[in-house]
Amino acid sequence: MDKKPTMSLKGITKNFFIGSPNELHVLKGIDLDVNEGEFVAIVGQSGSGKSTLMNIIGALDRPTAGEYTLDDVDMIKAKDGELSKIRNQKIGFVFQTYNLIAKTNAIKNVEMPMLYGGMSARKRNDRAKELLELVGMGERMKHLPEELSGGQKQRVAIARAMAMDPSIILADEPTGALDSETGRLVMDLFHKLHEEQGKTIILITHSPELAEETQRVITIKDGLITGEREGGAQL
Amino acid sequence: MMLYENIRLALFSLVANKMRALLTMLGIIIGIASVIAIMTVGNSVTQEMTDSMASLGANNVTVMLQQKEEEEESTKEGVSFGRGSRRNSNVQEADMITKEMINEYVEKYADSITAISASQSVGQGQIKDGNLYANVSISGSSTGVFVADDTEVVAGRFFTEREMEDASMVAIVSDTVVTNMFKGENENAIGKEITAYVGDRFYKFVIVGVYEYEQSPYMISTTSDKDKETTLYIPLKTGQNLAHNENFATFTVVTKAETDPDEFAKTTKQFFNAYYRKNRNWQISAFSMASMVDIMSTMMGSLTTAISVIAGIALLVGGIGVMNIMLVSITERTREIGTRKALGAPNSSIRVQFIVESIVICVIGGIIGIILGVTAGILLANWLGTPASPSLSSIVMSITFSMAIGVFFGYYPANKAAKMDPIEALRYE
Ligand SMILES: Nc1ncnc2c1ncn2[C@@H]1O[C@H](COP(=O)(O)OP(=O)(O)O)[C@@H](O)[C@H]1O
Ligand SMILES: [Mg+2]
Repeated sequence: MDKKPTMSLKGITKNFFIGSPNELHVLKGIDLDVNEGEFVAIVGQSGSGKSTLMNIIGALDRPTAGEYTLDDVDMIKAKDGELSKIRNQKIGFVFQTYNLIAKTNAIKNVEMPMLYGGMSARKRNDRAKELLELVGMGERMKHLPEELSGGQKQRVAIARAMAMDPSIILADEPTGALDSETGRLVMDLFHKLHEEQGKTIILITHSPELAEETQRVITIKDGLITGEREGGAQL
Repeated sequence: MMLYENIRLALFSLVANKMRALLTMLGIIIGIASVIAIMTVGNSVTQEMTDSMASLGANNVTVMLQQKEEEEESTKEGVSFGRGSRRNSNVQEADMITKEMINEYVEKYADSITAISASQSVGQGQIKDGNLYANVSISGSSTGVFVADDTEVVAGRFFTEREMEDASMVAIVSDTVVTNMFKGENENAIGKEITAYVGDRFYKFVIVGVYEYEQSPYMISTTSDKDKETTLYIPLKTGQNLAHNENFATFTVVTKAETDPDEFAKTTKQFFNAYYRKNRNWQISAFSMASMVDIMSTMMGSLTTAISVIAGIALLVGGIGVMNIMLVSITERTREIGTRKALGAPNSSIRVQFIVESIVICVIGGIIGIILGVTAGILLANWLGTPASPSLSSIVMSITFSMAIGVFFGYYPANKAAKMDPIEALRYE
């Protein structure tokens, strides 16, 4: 199947503490194309720059230099307002630490992106319920994050990432804080979203087994892509 | 839609930190409460004063003796409050306004004068009968006094012309006296003889009438009802006989409708002061009721201004408190702000969220302040014996002002939150 790349990064660099004596070169020139509907894993040692790259892909951060286009949008030139709109509508984030809003129940958490997307209260509520059912949290919709286990929180977070029906899901070590059994559950959810809904998924993981389940495994070392191979899942 | 969500969110975070929110609101609460309280009392006191003074007759010009050396201290109209009657008590008879002066005055300005109302104080004393007593100040009064004071006789009658002419030992007493001496039976008191003790003297009067005592709104009384001193009216001539004095420390002129009372007060003052040029201690002051009302209103106005300034400072401090707590709240919720941005919240949404939170804090503080202020105002007005009149406009103004404080002091923290870098916010520990 011939698929056009949904995102394309060329020569992306990222430096921190720019101008100071301890300037940090975290990304040193990343070239990466990801096709629509692809399931990609990014692996690498801690501190190699995986999260930094993910944040740039997710329009949360801007590179120091390089080119980045996402669905024909020049992300370097895009204004802050456009980037927040892209984060809202095209991208769903799943974090290692869940980042659910405290003291706010599961439904309200899932509704949040839809609130910023300008959806009506009724629609938000209906869709939030639907999504919580989908991730198997139908019984816990009114629960606060404090009352949920790690795996349950992560499933709510995935439902939230799906709220605006984005084409891309970015998951930064989503199973990093979970035991292997609940991690498995979360991983199954990503497979489901990939296979049934055709989402483009980029997954950062430390687990070689989980990486092996994806279609492509990219290895990052010291801010550079040092390896790229096909995963176990067939295209 | 968004606004409702933001208000819900703001209430949420308030409920989560009740104590902190309350402490933050304190400045706003105090500021708004004092403004509302002073408005509630101030309105009613001013209203009451204006009404009662107007009822005394805006056309009236009061003429009274005034001590000379204190001239500099008195207000520019030459009026000083409260102490006037006390001073009169140590006035020498030779200093007083004589009948001759008044006659000459009435003759000269007959075109402007309708009537003269004058009284002669006999002194303060007590009516006694066994264990029963009532405090009174005895005042020989012309018929005009009853009209000017708006005194209503609820039992019995006014003095007859004969009684006035003959200097009869008759009296019109207050219902307070009747309560103390005759168990409150007004009819019962008519025709009864009472003995009033003034210093080492005593006088016997026959009661011919009872009037309803009304507490003056601008006199703050701290005595109990039972010990209250009320006026015991006797005919003017009787008073002059008992006081061995035919002259006056004060009298009131009822002017004709077409006369300008303020102008006439000036003329009157000049006229009488001609007699007092050589007097070392005393002079004459004359003022219209209308000017009294003006002065009272001005005084209430400056009092209101002073309290408003204090309230303003409280509100400023309160506003700074709100700003401080918003900065704390934003720091605590840095990760939440980062998350919201990651989910697509534009900067403007974050800004609105925190401004709304700041407004909600201020408005709730304002509402608490209004409730406390109205309550305090009503209590104070009751204590002063005036009807409380919490004004709707001041309540609406307070709410609006609270919102404005919320916007003003919430903007900086909210803007700080809005401009946070999403990554730094998400990485915040
Ligand atoms: N906002 C930042 N400011 C300063 N240094 C940062 C920032 N983000 C990441 N770094 C540094 O960049 C390096 C790579 O971080 P990161 O991308 O999180 O690595 P990974 O996700 O692969 O573990 C680390 O040394 C980290 O300390
Ligand atoms: Mg990382």
